[in-house]
Amino acid sequence: MSKKMTLHLRVWRQPNARTPGAFVTYTVKDVSPDMSLLELLDVLNEQLIKQGELPVEFDSDCREGICGTCGFLVNGVAHGPKRGRTACQQYVRDFKDGETVTLEPFRAKAFPVIKDLVVDRSAFDRIIAAGGYISVNTGSAPDANSIPIPKDIAEQAFDAAACIGCGACVAACPNASASLFVSAKIAHLALLPQGQPERIRRVLRMVEQMDREGFGDCSNHGECEAVCPKSISIKTIALMRREYLRALWSR
Amino acid sequence: MTLWPRSSVAKKFLNAVTGIGLLLFVIVHLSENLLLLTGNPDDYNRWTHFLFSFGPLLTVIELGLAAFFLVHIGSALMVYWDKLKARPSGYSVYRSAGWTSRQTLSSQTMIYTGLVLLAFVIWHVITFRFGPHYETVIDGVPMRDLHKLVVEVFSNPVNVALYVAVMVFLGLHLRHGFWSALQSLGAYHPRWTPLWYTGGVLVALVLALGFIVIPVWVYYYL
Ligand code: HEM
Ligand code: FES
Repeated sequence: MSKKMTLHLRVWRQPNARTPGAFVTYTVKDVSPDMSLLELLDVLNEQLIKQGELPVEFDSDCREGICGTCGFLVNGVAHGPKRGRTACQQYVRDFKDGETVTLEPFRAKAFPVIKDLVVDRSAFDRIIAAGGYISVNTGSAPDANSIPIPKDIAEQAFDAAACIGCGACVAACPNASASLFVSAKIAHLALLPQGQPERIRRVLRMVEQMDREGFGDCSNHGECEAVCPKSISIKTIALMRREYLRALWSR
Repeated sequence: MTLWPRSSVAKKFLNAVTGIGLLLFVIVHLSENLLLLTGNPDDYNRWTHFLFSFGPLLTVIELGLAAFFLVHIGSALMVYWDKLKARPSGYSVYRSAGWTSRQTLSSQTMIYTGLVLLAFVIWHVITFRFGPHYETVIDGVPMRDLHKLVVEVFSNPVNVALYVAVMVFLGLHLRHGFWSALQSLGAYHPRWTPLWYTGGVLVALVLALGFIVIPVWVYYYL
């Protein structure tokens, strides 16, 4: 059995969007190093409930890095120290025994804090509704491989489609830009035959909605790619810009 | 539609196209200025006289260049303004994740290095373009003696120091600016983009050092 660890958690506590928040530091003693960061928060919350305090609110669902529900800044990095992972896939062993770990919600005007570490990411839903879809006739299931797609294109589309919409790109971007998220959705659909009918409208509308939600512009810091749990490349942002030029051209 | 030119993507097209335009100008300008180092003052004066001989066409070129500056600065200020609005309250702890991040001192200070360049350009145009008018005669042709003005300005060590400092800022601006402009225009290639990114250091060094050599040379040797 590996040695038990103690961590101090400096957590952002904010009762609701209108009330200002502040950091509160808690100590969680003698936990297994192989516990996940979210399990550590569960342990903290059990302590808090026993003491009659309100538990720390945070989002999670799958806890296996595939759903995109969890996410906050861990010591100043979206999702935490281990790259290519979501917050739920960070472990106590990734920190030093006795370390103080700062947990802070994603901060962006377009992602208002709902409570503690929970932010409202419905801006992403509205961007998707603006154009991140394809229109198909739903009949019986088509035969597999009835639409031939070259392997490398399929791979690129799939790399972009790996986006789980967690919002870490926005959180880490010095400009709070949503370009990586939006471009991943645009790339995924623009590369595939099914995405062609709405191709022009899609990029214009999704970019327009992104701007309307109050996200910043992209200055090519590339910080998004470095924190993306799916390691989506900023080459998708370049692709979005080419799609946009194309759309302006053919309007 | 918030399309042209307010959209986040369009703003960066404008910023990038004008940024590349300014970069090309800076390259041409450095090549011209290297004529100061030939040892013969006439070389530089002949060239500037040739430029002045363009007459109204030169004015058109100058106005075009000014327009590039204005659009570049305008789009840059818009990006900066949107950034301030997009995250009204910042993080208590924030750091770059490193790894593939292209966030550098250079990328973080674009607005500051840019504003320094702006102040410099204004000073620069006043000092040289609209500076004192010395005359010289080469092969019987009277013309403006800009070489003399340059030597005069850079005989003052304060001017040399300021100029050198600003060129460091130019280098910083281009270290991120060079590759960023290509990325803003959608030019991404798995093989070439890493080269452009690293090449930005080279572009920045060559241009900054090139411009630094001139006033230092003039101060010590002319
Ligand atoms: C010699 C003059 C200049 C040159 C050669 C130059 C070059 C460039 C280049 C190539 C870029 C990259 C474009 C992109 O990111 O897409 C850039 C960006 C930028 N420039 Fe300049 N620039 C100059 C002057 C200025 C001035 C006077 C300002 C004043 C505000 C400025 C502010 C900026 C800013 C803030 C950015 C980054 C925009 C962003 O964050 O997305 N630049 N510049
Ligand atoms: S909870 Fe699903 S990705 Fe973390």
